[in-house]
Amino acid sequence: MPAQIKGMPVMEKRSPSPGEDIGARIVAIAASADMDAYEALFRDFGPRIRAYLIKMTRDAQVSEDLMQETMLAIWRKAGQYDPARGPASAWIYTIARNIWIDAWRRQRRPAIDPDDPALSIEPEPDAPKQIEARQSQEAVRRAMERLPAEQIDIIRLSFFEEASHSMIAAKLGLPIGTVKSRLRLAFGRLRAALDEQQ
Amino acid sequence: MTIRHHLNDDLLIAYASGNLSEGWSLAVATHLAMCSTCRQSLAVAEAAGGALLEEIEPVGSDEGAWEALKARLGREPTPPVQPKVRPASAVIPEPLRSYLGADLADLKWRRVGTAHQIRVKTEDQETQVRLLRIPAGKPVPEHSHGGRELTVVLTGAFHDEIDEFGPGDIEDADGSLTHQPVANPEEDCICLAVTDKPLRFTSRLVRLVQPLLGI
Repeated sequence: MPAQIKGMPVMEKRSPSPGEDIGARIVAIAASADMDAYEALFRDFGPRIRAYLIKMTRDAQVSEDLMQETMLAIWRKAGQYDPARGPASAWIYTIARNIWIDAWRRQRRPAIDPDDPALSIEPEPDAPKQIEARQSQEAVRRAMERLPAEQIDIIRLSFFEEASHSMIAAKLGLPIGTVKSRLRLAFGRLRAALDEQQ
Repeated sequence: MTIRHHLNDDLLIAYASGNLSEGWSLAVATHLAMCSTCRQSLAVAEAAGGALLEEIEPVGSDEGAWEALKARLGREPTPPVQPKVRPASAVIPEPLRSYLGADLADLKWRRVGTAHQIRVKTEDQETQVRLLRIPAGKPVPEHSHGGRELTVVLTGAFHDEIDEFGPGDIEDADGSLTHQPVANPEEDCICLAVTDKPLRFTSRLVRLVQPLLGI
């Protein structure tokens, strides 16, 4: 729990959930080095990125450093953000995750190169999908709200606790098979909900 | 080319959440490069990660951190972006091509029995990563898996008693599987194999020479 981390007070009141304009702020940073947009993004996401990194590292000082690295990377990479490829929060999440892997696990993260000539051909995105992409952030949130608590808990543990299936199973007092099947069920429903939406 | 064997959700979520070590991740990324369906699934998983980040309980206060960030931004100018040099065409996709340091035509193979292999170096202590070339129509020695094995076919195809795997397909085999993979007769089968333990060959003779062959 964040409250147990020394020297890192938990905010008394919950910040409002970041609005729909996260993507617009990133675009403004890329277009005109917009400091106001960057500060707004920091105030929304800095404490959340810090919270994520504390969950992953259990180290307040490391988390502070890596949060700053993540925010710097957002500033520098803002031009690479493509609203058509997915929600802005997912883009921010992958930057924080990659910085955590680099620094904490000291391993490379093998990832595809989207412009590689050997990449298999993407089916052409049709026009309606392009329009929906802007709303996909909201769609993901809605789809996740509709999942039963037991399924969302397992997704959350998988993403935020660096937990293996056996560790999740031990923590929840469930057989490992149940953990695996709930995760599959939850992810299947998420995928189906987004497919429907598009 | 239709891919029939995709990433299972366990692998996909472990990769999306950063909880998969480098060796396994290289197999996953190789499949992703060849499979747009799984690239879309990855986007869904990463969107879930983003949604979880939005609803996480924020920690810490902003003021000192914002001043520190602004100071760093002024102090550390944006490093110049090195334009990535890409060939006009390639057979082996990224990131595997960079790990190998060459595309298919320029690889330096090492003979192992009837097959050829190349060891792929990673920082990952928990896995062994190899590129295998099995001659057309030839079997690789029958083996069971001491642990997990991920295999991604790059060119050609192989089959065993149960199933067939063609270009882009990924096989996720655990310790319970004993099988006799055979390359299809039309062409050599080149695949990426990631294991977490040395393979246990059922033939005692092969087991005996295993350390000498480095497999």
